[in-house]
Amino acid sequence: MPGDAIIELCGVTKVYPLPAGDVVALDRVSMTIGNGEFVAIMGPSGSGKTTLLNQLGCLDRPTSGDLFINDRNTREMNDRELTSLRLNTIGYIFQRFNLLPLLSAYENVEFPYLMKHRRPDSSGRVGELLAQVGIDRTMATHKPPELSGGQQQRVAIARALVNDPQILLCDEPTGNLDSVTGQQIMEMLTDLNRKGRTIVIVTHDPGVARYAQRIITVRDGRVA
Amino acid sequence: MKDIILQLSLRSIRIHFLRSVLAALGIVIGVVAISSMGMMGANMTLSVTEELSKMANIVVITAASGSGGGPGGAVGGFGGGSDEKISEEEFQDIQKIAEKYGLVYVVYRESDRIKVGDREGRSTIYGLDEDVMRRIFTLSDGAFPKSTASVIVGPTLAERYELKVGSRIKIGDEDEGVTTTVKVVGILEERGMSNDINSDMAIIGSEKLFTGIYGNEGEYNQVNLILNDINDSQKARTEILEKMNRKKTRVNVQDSSRMLESITSTLGTMTTFVMAIAGISLLVAATSIFNVMMMSVTERVREIGIMRSIGAQKSEIRRMFLYESIVLGVVGASIGAVLSLGIGWIVVLAMVGSTDYFFLPESLLYIPFAMLVGIAVCVLSGVYPAWRAADLDPVEALRAE
Ligand SMILES: Nc1ncnc2c1ncn2[C@@H]1O[C@H](COP(=O)(O)OP(=O)(O)OP(=O)(O)O)[C@@H](O)[C@H]1O
Ligand SMILES: [Mg+2]
Repeated sequence: MPGDAIIELCGVTKVYPLPAGDVVALDRVSMTIGNGEFVAIMGPSGSGKTTLLNQLGCLDRPTSGDLFINDRNTREMNDRELTSLRLNTIGYIFQRFNLLPLLSAYENVEFPYLMKHRRPDSSGRVGELLAQVGIDRTMATHKPPELSGGQQQRVAIARALVNDPQILLCDEPTGNLDSVTGQQIMEMLTDLNRKGRTIVIVTHDPGVARYAQRIITVRDGRVA
Repeated sequence: MKDIILQLSLRSIRIHFLRSVLAALGIVIGVVAISSMGMMGANMTLSVTEELSKMANIVVITAASGSGGGPGGAVGGFGGGSDEKISEEEFQDIQKIAEKYGLVYVVYRESDRIKVGDREGRSTIYGLDEDVMRRIFTLSDGAFPKSTASVIVGPTLAERYELKVGSRIKIGDEDEGVTTTVKVVGILEERGMSNDINSDMAIIGSEKLFTGIYGNEGEYNQVNLILNDINDSQKARTEILEKMNRKKTRVNVQDSSRMLESITSTLGTMTTFVMAIAGISLLVAATSIFNVMMMSVTERVREIGIMRSIGAQKSEIRRMFLYESIVLGVVGASIGAVLSLGIGWIVVLAMVGSTDYFFLPESLLYIPFAMLVGIAVCVLSGVYPAWRAADLDPVEALRAE
């Protein structure tokens, strides 16, 4: 289904130049992710999963090769356009939650909304999303350090969804959570996928990978 | 509207309150220093101008020296270095020209040794017409001289030699054997700096007394014109110069407006210089703001990475740090402005001696000026850190601890 591809990688290579020698974190990776797919990326530690996800999320540019998002070559986009792609098209859930410590849970979710619309949310979308992930109004006024890991991850999910992105990228979303909370989160993601979102999830856990329709295995920077 | 970027800047300042206060303190000091110095200069200029314009009605005419170049210098009418004299004939001419503008009179002047009791020194001795004396001087004690053996003295001289009405002064060099003893009959009021006659440190006697000691009758050191109308200054000067110097350059004319201009401009230069020195304190402040901003960037690398990766533009990151330095600048400058009112007042009182002009716009203007300079310094110190923060690589920034 090439016409239906939302993400396409063509020979993407990522090299980290280090004093001790170059590290090839991704080696000529080519693959296609279709619109509405639920894909899991698996592989041993240090194999290049996060590096790959950062490429998909346009956080980083390939050292060589091309990355297409919605049939647009990201090589031809400037920083401003890439940033706006991250804001509008891609939602990113990080391995380490990555909430802004100076903002309340509510403000963390509102932040991408403000960046996009340049006015506060009057539709109640932020509050709705927080309720959906199970964060109540009082909890929403707390700053991230006052929340548990699970609560922080829920806030991070709400934040990733606030601009209604086409693509949701998750780096070990359950890695820091107990199995019950992890399961709840996976069910939420499955539900989002059913509603049409493309989801790419990085995980070590075969139990988590089971939720995906397709599993991509990365080994030494290569996709098997 | 709620600006989340501004919120982030404000919260960051609040979290590092002490550090921010210390950085802003530099700006406070800088603003106070610049505005106080500026106000001091402005107040000094205003007060000197006022002082000088009180005597701006005096036009001084001296003989042109043969070798060209005006005797008496540009400032003040001391003219002591010149041997050129104005003759009686020239004086008559000047009087004919200048009579209509005001009082014209001649001045004999000589510098000589004096002795009071066993204290020796030097003083300027003036010879003036008795009527003129009455018109231009005010006495604080005694009376105007009635005989050729009596004189009046300036207050500074009187103080230095403990002269009172009735004291005696020996004028002339004892070694040469020719001395004249005169009696003090009056003490002058302080007259300050003036370009016609510097009476504070002088002995003033009649023309007869003067020519009795020094001879040279009818050869005057200077001719003064006291204007009835201050606005005639330029006109009188031009007319005298034109008519007197028609065939050859015989006289120089100084009106006080020139002197006023040159003193005001000197004070202006001085003020700028002193303010520039005060400006160095802002340089120190800039360093500390820069340092704080760099620290803030370093501490928040991860936050920057998060913001960038979820879609905040570089400009947003720049804005966050520029806001931080602007807030430090505005707060520091505002506190500085308030303190400047108090400290500036004290400085002006101490250095100028009068705060009559403190609240005039010319003086208060230095407060907003210093504020602007302070804020500008803050913003400039924040520019580099802000650009650095914005240019961080999102992935690298996310990996920071
Ligand atoms: N910023 C970087 N600078 C240098 N080397 C890097 C950088 N990021 C990753 N690497 C290297 O690239 C390789 C792949 O790293 P990556 O983080 O993608 O692995 P991963 O599969 O996500 O591992 P894990 O399962 O432990 O998260 C590793 O060898 C890592 O050391
Ligand atoms: Mg990883």
